[in-house]
Amino acid sequence: MAITAPLPLPASNPWQTSPWRISHVRRELADTFTLTLDPPADAADAAAAFQPGQFNMLYVFGCGEVPVSISGTAGEGGRLKHTIRAVGAVTGALQRLRAGDVVGVRGPFGAGWPIDDAAGSDVVIVAGGIGLAPLRPAVEAILHARERYGRFIVLYGARSPEDILFARDLGRWSSRLDTFVDVTVDRAAGAWRGNVGLVTALIARVGLEAEHTVAFLCGPEAMMRFAVGALAKRGVEASRTYLSLERNMKCGVGLCGRCQLAGHFVCRDGPVFRLDRIPNVFQVREL
Amino acid sequence: MAGATRPDDGACVLDTGALEQLIELLRADGYRVVGPQVTDGAIVLGTIAGAGDLPAGITDDQEPGRYRLRQGTSQALFGYAAPAQGWKRFLFAPDETLWRAERTDGGFRCEEEPPAIGRTALLGVRPCDLRAVDILDQVFTRSGVVDRRYQARRAAALIIAVECTQAGGTCFCASMGAGPDIADAANCGADIILTEFLVDAGPLLLARPASARGAELLAGVPGWRAGAADCEAAAEAVKGAARSMGRQMPADVATLVGRSLDHPHWADVAARCLGCGTCTAVCPTCFCSTVEDSTDLAGTTAERRRRWDSCFTLDFSTLHGGPIRSSGAARYRQWLAHKLAHWWEQFGRSGCVGCGRCITWCPVGIDITAEARALAEREGRTDANH
Ligand SMILES: Cc1cc2nc3c(=O)[nH]c(=O)nc-3n(C[C@H](O)[C@H](O)[C@H](O)COP(=O)(O)OP(=O)(O)OC[C@H]3O[C@@H](n4cnc5c(N)ncnc54)[C@H](O)[C@@H]3O)c2cc1C
Ligand code: SF4
Ligand code: SF4
Ligand code: FES
Repeated sequence: MAITAPLPLPASNPWQTSPWRISHVRRELADTFTLTLDPPADAADAAAAFQPGQFNMLYVFGCGEVPVSISGTAGEGGRLKHTIRAVGAVTGALQRLRAGDVVGVRGPFGAGWPIDDAAGSDVVIVAGGIGLAPLRPAVEAILHARERYGRFIVLYGARSPEDILFARDLGRWSSRLDTFVDVTVDRAAGAWRGNVGLVTALIARVGLEAEHTVAFLCGPEAMMRFAVGALAKRGVEASRTYLSLERNMKCGVGLCGRCQLAGHFVCRDGPVFRLDRIPNVFQVREL
Repeated sequence: MAGATRPDDGACVLDTGALEQLIELLRADGYRVVGPQVTDGAIVLGTIAGAGDLPAGITDDQEPGRYRLRQGTSQALFGYAAPAQGWKRFLFAPDETLWRAERTDGGFRCEEEPPAIGRTALLGVRPCDLRAVDILDQVFTRSGVVDRRYQARRAAALIIAVECTQAGGTCFCASMGAGPDIADAANCGADIILTEFLVDAGPLLLARPASARGAELLAGVPGWRAGAADCEAAAEAVKGAARSMGRQMPADVATLVGRSLDHPHWADVAARCLGCGTCTAVCPTCFCSTVEDSTDLAGTTAERRRRWDSCFTLDFSTLHGGPIRSSGAARYRQWLAHKLAHWWEQFGRSGCVGCGRCITWCPVGIDITAEARALAEREGRTDANH
């Protein structure tokens, strides 16, 4: 006779997803949108405590679940924003949702940007494409306590002028006297009067004092490889360079093994890493 | 090792009849007893009704890509090396529903699928496999977020380990520090440790309690107190296994692999490897999994299943735009480097216990110890050329 023992349940079930309601959908670009999510009553506090750079696992009923960074907050009550590029099955399904629909949320997970540790330093932010999404809350946090930092630089690269994400935010940051913003696009047609070229070109010419600078990077891995090289050329040490990485993720909490990068679980030890702690990532292919 | 057993540490000696009674006692107590048995030409793990189901007198030949059973020279109950599968399936379900969700007016409600967990006695767990259970315990319950389905199954399990008295051709537990004896009985994770030794009348089992529950059980079966001669005989039998171990892992393998991530040898292995993932399926410590979300046709209910997964699949490392580890070389490197090197960074020890299953069951006979040695040799050559 088999006895079904009562479950000796540890505190929480990491797989349990909780229903958050979409309060607003904003179309950002042709393929990119921002969902503002309202937490259920029992999750409001947890959400309010997120660290810039952390991510949630977003679940679409019956379809699947994907990691998505938190791209901002909205008002009081623990509302969170996620900015998503529709590239496949689940992100495509997320794109079809409307205000009032419900998304499953697990998180927030992972290690974020070292906002506090960077206090006292100059900060240079280098973002490419959708990579600006996980950096936006970091920019807002720094601007919120602007006096704690030295020079503040935001460098952003997009494929084309039509692909510039958060143009309004970039404009707002750029209009501040205490923040330097520079934007470039890979290619442009027509009325674009800004920079054309790679974000590495912006790094090469920006005024920075390497020994006082902390760099935060997020973007396609190829872009980050070049950006890391350009920063190193300017003298920014690997121990002062942080980057957010992507790997395939199923659990988000170090149990499924999917996100392994050498000795790290990207979901738990990252997604934000200090470059000198992951020296192999750009040196060994297909790691 | 068993040689350290003193006659006074609660050890007793059981004959086959006493083992039978131990199994009966467990069954009466509500345990499903799982042990080795012969099925379709291999020793596999399944429910046993009594000692008579154990593969008495059977032994195995294991070589790279080759497994064969034959009649042994004695009536030993445990005269063979690692069975075809490890024990992880009894603790970490190969395929299970994690939760079900139902649409409601306001959205959906998600409810955990309670795992069916019965008391399970694992009988015949080898030292390598016992170490593997401890490794899984660490991964799932001692490294931050706890997997409570694993934890619940583990809590409902009772482990009767058996020290090895016969090593197989692909075994190398000694060089991984995982066998063939069980050095630290109190912290090994088992409840009872058995060591088989043969006398003219047949096999006997030196039985040592390794937990309070184990001591309680042993007190309920008719054995006799182990004397110095019994302990001596058992220790000798285990030494025999240590001497006959078929293979060995280089001692510095973790650092060797760690600095060989760019080694040309990976492409060499990839040319032979079929990428079938058999090695990950038979490995007792591989813990990677995937989840699958699905819905019924009407779209009103959904479920999430979790399945064992393998780093040999392309899907494993897929990002938008394709897999990160698109080459076979990168996937083989991931498997071997994780086991032997990166595991140290993650968990402070090796992820390989030297059971030899990945060698035996590889259809093309790829040998993890030989590949590690090849890295070392070719590294030596490369250095010499400089
Ligand atoms: C920590 C982290 C933060 C992220 N933040 C954002 C964000 O803020 N905005 C955003 O648009 N995207 C973000 N992504 C990427 C996003 O998770 C993928 O675009 C998404 O998983 C694609 O799923 P799909 O089903 O739409 O695509 P498909 O191509 O249909 O997916 C196939 C499989 O690949 C996996 N996959 C595909 N691309 C990625 C990827 N880039 N990263 C991880 N797994 C992937 C999927 O989970 C699925 O298992 C982030 C990824 C990670 C790891
Ligand atoms: S890697 Fe091979 S020898 Fe090592 S534990 Fe896994 S299956 Fe056994
Ligand atoms: S090493 Fe052997 S068992 Fe493992 S995937 Fe390759 S062919 Fe299959
Ligand atoms: S996503 Fe499962 S271990 Fe990182």
